[in-house]
Amino acid sequence: MSRREDDLEKEVRFHLEQHIADLIAQGHDPAEARRLARIELGGEEQVKEACREVRSTRWLEDFSRDVRYALRTLRQKPGFAAVALMTLALGTGATTAMFTLIDGVLLRPFPYRDPHRLVLLREKTDWATAFGDLWSFSYPNYLDCKREVRALDLTAWTVMRGTISAPGAAAYANGVAVSAELFPMLGVKLALGRAFLPAEDRSGAAPVAILSFETWQRHFGGDAAAIGAPFVFDGRTYTVVGVTPAGFRFDDDEPALYTPIGQADSRRMQNREGHGFQVWARLRAGATIEQARTELAVVGKRLAEQYPKSNHGRTFIAEPLRPDVGDARETLWLLLGAVGLVLLIACTNVASLLLARAVSRERELAMRVALGASRSRLVRQCLTESAVLAIGGGIAGALLAWAVVRPFVTFWPGGLPRAEQVHLDWRVMLFALALSLASGLLFGIAPALRAPSRELEPALRAASRSVAGGSRRLHGIFVASEIALAVVLLVSAGMLARTMLRLSSLDPGVNIHNVLTARTALSPATLANPDRTRAAWDDLLDRARRVPGVEAIAMVDTVPMREGSNQIGYALSAAPVPEDKQPMVLANSVTPDYLKVTGIPLRSGRFLNEQDRKGTQSVAVIDEVMAREAFPGEDPVGKHIWIGIGQDPVTVVGVLGHVRQWGLAGDDQSKVRAQLYYPFAQVPDELVRRWSTLMSIAVRTSGDPLLLVEPLRREIRGATGDQVLYEVRTLEQLAQSSLARQRFLLLLFGAFAGLALLLACVGIYGVLA
Amino acid sequence: MRPKSDLPQGTLDLLILKIVALGPVHGYAITQRLQQVSRDVVQVPQGSLYPALHRLESRGLLAADWKETETGREAKFYRLTRKGRAQLESETASWQRLASAVGLILRLSEEGE
Repeated sequence: MSRREDDLEKEVRFHLEQHIADLIAQGHDPAEARRLARIELGGEEQVKEACREVRSTRWLEDFSRDVRYALRTLRQKPGFAAVALMTLALGTGATTAMFTLIDGVLLRPFPYRDPHRLVLLREKTDWATAFGDLWSFSYPNYLDCKREVRALDLTAWTVMRGTISAPGAAAYANGVAVSAELFPMLGVKLALGRAFLPAEDRSGAAPVAILSFETWQRHFGGDAAAIGAPFVFDGRTYTVVGVTPAGFRFDDDEPALYTPIGQADSRRMQNREGHGFQVWARLRAGATIEQARTELAVVGKRLAEQYPKSNHGRTFIAEPLRPDVGDARETLWLLLGAVGLVLLIACTNVASLLLARAVSRERELAMRVALGASRSRLVRQCLTESAVLAIGGGIAGALLAWAVVRPFVTFWPGGLPRAEQVHLDWRVMLFALALSLASGLLFGIAPALRAPSRELEPALRAASRSVAGGSRRLHGIFVASEIALAVVLLVSAGMLARTMLRLSSLDPGVNIHNVLTARTALSPATLANPDRTRAAWDDLLDRARRVPGVEAIAMVDTVPMREGSNQIGYALSAAPVPEDKQPMVLANSVTPDYLKVTGIPLRSGRFLNEQDRKGTQSVAVIDEVMAREAFPGEDPVGKHIWIGIGQDPVTVVGVLGHVRQWGLAGDDQSKVRAQLYYPFAQVPDELVRRWSTLMSIAVRTSGDPLLLVEPLRREIRGATGDQVLYEVRTLEQLAQSSLARQRFLLLLFGAFAGLALLLACVGIYGVLA
Repeated sequence: MRPKSDLPQGTLDLLILKIVALGPVHGYAITQRLQQVSRDVVQVPQGSLYPALHRLESRGLLAADWKETETGREAKFYRLTRKGRAQLESETASWQRLASAVGLILRLSEEGE
């Protein structure tokens, strides 16, 4: 007992003894004196309780006593404690895990210096194409904004792709061309070397590069002598000046290298219509984003008047720079919702367990009221018990979350964006704590309010009682809501399963068995002129055909069911149609064997052949969807379509079956489904270089296609050893992964529904038993 | 013997402060003193004295020490803190204002009859 309690005891005792002594002195006999003194004081225990009640530190003492008491009662009923704790651990664990993901992926800003003052700039038109009305910048527009907007410090960057051919083994890589000011603006501290100098950020300057930490490790073995060493990317030799810190991510990607943007292809940089530059900016000290927007609007208006051809109806907008996580947002919130239902079931469950226990403890509580405990005191004690339970469950849940978050991130189909930001920290712990306290309150309130107030007699008299009357009704509500919640999850899982079954039985439109696809990078040296490039492709295909097991090989620019598409507008007459009014089609440049490789059925006419070459009539083959859209009720073979203004018409020579280009799940919902195939041989000379960086190969094999990956790599490497295959996938894998998100959701919802059902069963059993 | 009257709300604190202001005193002595001084007019239920003492103590108006009584027993002696003295003064003043105001009103009505 505490000293405070001791003192209270002593004080009251002293009072009684003095009083009794006085009464005896007045002539009462001792027994009578004792009785009178007690009556006048009015109940020793009640007085003490009233004194405890007024102390300011009272709640703390009560709290620690309640906690100890709660722990003791939990220990007395280990079965109850275990079931309740496990239920809560599952509920809070799943919710905390999901919140960890949401926190990392959706709530955290970019890990750059002062991320809240970073701004993303885009061009916006008052008309829209199939891609919307937002555009990336053209470089001249960027330069004008940079010069004239006072509220912002602007920087630009653009992605480059190419082959790293020296030092070390050749590898295909992404790079980023950046303004010299970009790294200082983001507050990036290089692990080695220095940032770009302004003098290096203009055309004609000596080529320099900053490598990513991983590139430095892979191609230089982490040697500090890399600074100043030569580095060959996309056929150009750069001098390495710096290395980014390990784990540094740029726009949620890991580019292999950075170069100064001012050194990039100057023709594109002078073209006001050439978009493809990202503009990131930082608000200057004291400036607001509204000021920036006003200034950008002024610049946009002036440029629209000055350059009507490129800038008519075009202005510039600014918004806070935030990571782009695509459709992970919806999936995550959806899963949080599902997990929330599980938590709700868990809470209901524990509430009903506690209620059952409260009923059996009615006599104990009534006894305590008789001994002077106030009702609020008992409610507080009941809530403390649930809080102890909840926090125990919360701790177990946090451990559970800690254990499952990593595997979860790993299994996220297609890789979870910003996965490196996902970790348990104080924010998550705070969430888990708040969550468990809230759920403790939620499941503790109903049993706590049952604490008896006045009508003690019936409670004291009843020797033992089962769940009766009001409690029974409450229990019924609990069980009913548990079952309802579980049914919601079960129905969701069932619907997902049905969708999944339907989707996986869909015909992708191609024969997906025994087909290997891979993006292919030619030796950078062969890209110098179109004829050399075409010859290099012919050579590459010939080499691949020699590999035993290859039945047919073709080039293709957009492989079915893989990410990436080439959507273009077309017209059915030579008269120019505004860009935003043109119907869209998925264009795919291929070589004649593509039909043999993929097994797409030919509906009418012919497929492309070796005679469709540069200089002969431009031809194309369309799919049945485009046939329906462009030539309803007519035979498309022999008809013309126009692609690009001022170009010669293209003759349709055949119709193919539709291919689910967007994946088994996505194709039906996609906006553009029409397809068009045209010969790679007829790609105009000026586009061959660009096209060649995008092409893939598709190979039909006689056996397991994955066995041919290494032989093909060896054969394709070429005389210079720098031709590489990357993103190697079989069509089967692509078809599978096009359903990965659905499968993943199904799996999780199934698991949640199973869990919910299990919890509901435990709950029902708890009531009936 | 005149009938005993109940204490108006809030006056118990004032009375306790006043008695304690005369010198350190323990709980039982306070009950005795209250009865003596008020000539048994004021009846303080002993059960509410101790919670009141504890409340005043936790508000910092009273402080307490354990000391020996004349009979050699240990008892909890309450004394006034500086804050308690200020409180006593302000409450006494406002009580007197109130009492004289009530007295005025009562006299008025007598004259009116």
